[in-house]
Formats: sequence, structure tokens, C-alpha cells
Amino acid sequence: MDVEVKPRHDVRMTDKFISIEGVSKRFPSPGGGSTTVFEDLWLSMARGEFVCIIGHSGCGKTTVLNILAGLDAPSDGAVIVDNQAIEGPSLDRAVIFQSHALLPWLTVMGNVAYAVGSKWRFMHRGDLNRHAQKFIDLVGLTGAEHKRPAELSGGMKQRVGIARALSIEPKIMLMDEPFSALDALTRGTLQDEVRRICLETGQTVFMITHDVDEAIYLADRVVLMTNGPNAVLAEVVENPLPKERERNDVHRHPLYYGVRNHIIDFLVSRSKNFAEEMMGANYDRRHVPVVRPAAPSATSSVSSISPLAEKDAVRGLRSPRDNIAPAAGEAGADRIRRRADR
Amino acid sequence: MALTLRAALVSLLLFGTFIGAWHLATRGSGPVASMDPEYAKLVGATASQGKSAMPGPADVGLKIWQHLKDPFYDRGSNDKGLGIQLAYSIARVMIGYLMAVAVAIPVGFLIGMSPLMSRALDPFIQVLKPISPLAWMPLALYTIKDSSLSSIFVIFICSLWPMLINTAFGVAAVRKEWLNVARTLEVGTFRRAFTIILPAAAPTILTGMRISIGIAWLVIVAAEMLVGGTGIGYFVWNEWNNLSITNVITAILVIGVVGMVLDQILARATKLVTFPE
Repeated sequence: MDVEVKPRHDVRMTDKFISIEGVSKRFPSPGGGSTTVFEDLWLSMARGEFVCIIGHSGCGKTTVLNILAGLDAPSDGAVIVDNQAIEGPSLDRAVIFQSHALLPWLTVMGNVAYAVGSKWRFMHRGDLNRHAQKFIDLVGLTGAEHKRPAELSGGMKQRVGIARALSIEPKIMLMDEPFSALDALTRGTLQDEVRRICLETGQTVFMITHDVDEAIYLADRVVLMTNGPNAVLAEVVENPLPKERERNDVHRHPLYYGVRNHIIDFLVSRSKNFAEEMMGANYDRRHVPVVRPAAPSATSSVSSISPLAEKDAVRGLRSPRDNIAPAAGEAGADRIRRRADR
Repeated sequence: MALTLRAALVSLLLFGTFIGAWHLATRGSGPVASMDPEYAKLVGATASQGKSAMPGPADVGLKIWQHLKDPFYDRGSNDKGLGIQLAYSIARVMIGYLMAVAVAIPVGFLIGMSPLMSRALDPFIQVLKPISPLAWMPLALYTIKDSSLSSIFVIFICSLWPMLINTAFGVAAVRKEWLNVARTLEVGTFRRAFTIILPAAAPTILTGMRISIGIAWLVIVAAEMLVGGTGIGYFVWNEWNNLSITNVITAILVIGVVGMVLDQILARATKLVTFPE
């Protein structure tokens, strides 16, 4: 049985491009003592990997991202990037903010050129603008260079944010719910573009999202985080979908609803009961269990069973055909299709 | 009808009513008693015609016209053109104000960027801010020993506080996300101050500068009344001593117009640095 829960440690020992090692964050609480947001997180990422982290609000996802960005310091532990412990923000790690965080007094070109000029301090104005233009073109904003952020729609603002992040040619992109403030149509288009650009440039991406479909479409692995305080990384879900995916038929993949249901089950019930679930099981924070969900199975939603037994179920040790849940699946598929058609 | 046009019409109507009322209130009620014209001239219109001692709008209008025709005459220390007096006042305000800008903005940046300095300087600011600028005058006269420089010092000290407080507030209130952008781009302290904090805080800083210029213009009149010699404040006081109410009213109007112009210049500048979000 134990072999089924393979510690992710063994899988990717060879390439630990980013390694989060025993990171904790505590805040002093008003009545003395301290509140622990999360404790002893361990996670590593390979170069070129796209990892999404999902969890409920308040579990500390943004704090994890800020620590990765160097904007926030962990109370304990360290983050190693490319064999070096990070000490503060770096041009190697670009951040795409949820609120886009454009400088409103600069134009689109000004915003991107500001980032380029920060990376290459002695670049000539002409080269600087040419370089910025390349990334403005890449995100499809050609012609809007001289507009100010206030004149742009939400989607266009976020495109500028993406262009700004990409323009400094970072090693890692950190995205904090980059699409959450956008309408569904714009979100879809931007997801496609971010996916294309990240694949083309071989970016390593760490992204926070609340959107399960988005995570499945974009990520190679989805990290599930339990509710705070005292949040932990519960599981790493390996995305069984092929790297080559099409938005329009990603939901037709036989494994799509297996992954989706697994993540949603986690968010609905397991995220708050994870501590009880792990009681007695040999859950090891340093080696967060890796799961690779199979086709939908009815048992995956039952949280009262032992975690190992459940993992058997979701891993498809039983024949998935025995317990397909078509109702939820069909409804979900309809929703996706509608979104794609719009 | 456009709102602007209607508002202008109402303004004109109000102005007309005011001028009319003023004229009616100050005009003469006709000969009080029959008297020898030579004698009437001697006792003046107030006594002979029942005319108010207050000049009417026509008197003031005539006076303004005379001043406008020849603003820069100089016939000795107590008789200079209105233009010269204004030039003195504006020059004093400008020197004191620019000195205050040079001090308030860097110190405001320091206070806004450093919580330590903010707390350390706070008690001084709290005590110094409410002091009437004129209360500094004797001390300034005693130490500087020059009346003109003393009034410049008073302008400096009264313009300082609004700019200092607004700059510190604007700098401290720069959005965290913009600062985080600068941090992730590894922007140095100086570049951050000039490229992120300055443009972000500029509207607040200029609002402080606008409040300051208004206060400086209020204070210069009082300061010049005290120190005397030259300036529009001195002119008002001198004409009061001459009992030339017409000149006093003229000066009041001119002070108002110049104050408005100074305020509008800063308002325009504020508009230039304000960014839509």
C-alpha cells in the first residue's frame, strides 16, 4: 500500500530548481503569543514547471508567494532558488500582481520600459523601448503603447502586467490570482496566452488560483493547501493531462473529471478536516503525498475513510468504470463549453 | 442655456446688485444746508452734501483706473505705485515660500519614508505648527536685524507646515503595491524616491503647496503692516493713516486678485501631476 503514496521527493530529486524548505509564517497575536499561518512547508519545483496552488482564502497562499518573491520573510525555514537561498526580491523572479499594480502616471510603454530599465540600467533609450515594444507586441497590446492604465480595460491592464513581468526575462514567474478580476471571456484568452508564452519561453511558474478549471488547464502539478491557521500542504496533484492541451477539448479528456472532482472534493470537505484525516496516517510534511487522480470515482468524495484507502480509490486501483459520476461531470462540461463558445 | 452661462449671469446680477447697493448707501443726500460754495468746499462733501464718508463705487473705480494707468511711479518712500508695492510683497512671498519648499519637501520625504524620523520629529511639528507666524516676528527682528528679511522668515515659517505635513502624508500613503513593484525590480532608494514615490505623492504634495501659498499671501499683508517700509501690507496701513479709504479698498481688491492668481497657478500645477486611476 505504501508504495502508492510516493513522496514527491523521490520523483524529482534530480532537478530542484525552487525548493521551499521548512517555511513557516507566524504573526504575533494581539493577546500575546503568536498565530501560525502555516508551518513547516516543503515543496520543490523543477525548471520549466507550471505549478498552481489552490486553497481557501486565508490559508496563506499569498504569503507563500510573497516569500517566494522575497517581499516577505519567513519566520522559519528558507527558500532555495537555483541553489541559492533567497534574500529579498530579485529581478530573477517576476511577480504578476492580482491588482496588476501598474504605475498610473506612466503609459503602457512607460510601465514596461520602467521594468526593462530597472534590469538593464545602462541600456540606451532606443534599445530600451525596442525591447519593451517586443513584449507589448507579445501580449497583443500593439497600438496601445501610449495609453495610460486608466484608459485600459481590466484585461488589457493585466496584459501590461504580464508584459512587464516577462520583459525582464525572469527565471521564475510568480502570479497571484492574475485572472481573478477578469470576466470569463478575457480570462480564457489570457490563460491561453500565458500558457503559450510560458511554454515558448520555458518559464517556471508558480501561480495562485481559486479556479479549479484554470489550474487543470495550466498546471503540470496542483498543490492543495489546507485551511488556515496552521495550514499545511496536503497533497500535490499531478496533472494527468498531456502537456499538449486545447482549451476547447481539455474537458473531454477521460481523466479531466477525475482531477477536477478530486480537487473540488478537497476544497469542499478535506481542506478543513485534513488534520483529522491525517491522524494516524504517516503523513510527512517533508514529503507531501503525490496523487495522480484517475477517472471520476464516487468514493473520492467521502472524507471519512482513511486517507490511504481513499488514495487507492482516486488512483483508480478499482475500475473507474464502476463508479462514474456523470451528473456532476456533464453539468461541469456544459459550463466549460459555454465559456469556450462565448 | 449652458450652466456656465447661467452661473455667469447670476454672478453678474449679484455684482450689479452689490455695486448698486453700495452706490445708494454712499451717495450724497443733496445739500444739507445752503452755504457759501467756498465754505462748502472747506468742510467737505460729507458735511455739505450729506455724502457718506465711505467712498462710493465710482470713487474706487476712478482710483483703480489711476493706479492701473501708472502702477510703477516712485515719489519717495511713502508714495510708490501699487505695482511696486505688489512686486515687493510678491518677491518676499516667493523667496520665503521657495525656501520653505526646499526644506519641507526633503524633510517631508524623510518623515514619510522613515517611521523613526516620523515619530522623532512629530512632537516638534505638533508644537511649532499652531504658532501664529506673526508671533515669530519679534524674535526674527531681534536675531536677523532686518525688517525685510524678518518678513521673509515669517513667510518661510508659515508656509512650511502645510507642505511638510502633506508631503509626509503623501509619501507615507504611497500604495504598497507600487512599492512592491519597485522592490521586485530591485530599484534603489534614490530611484525609488524619484520614480515611484515622487509621482505617486505629487498630487498630495502640490495640494500642500497650494494651501501654503494661500497662507503665505494672507500672512505677508499682516507682516508688512508690522515691519513697514514697502509692500502691499504697508501700503494698506499707510493709506489708513492717510485716511484714504478709497486706496484701502483698492488695495483690498488687488490683494484678493493676486491671491486668486497665485492659487490658480498652483491649482493648474496640481492638475498636471494628478493621474487618473
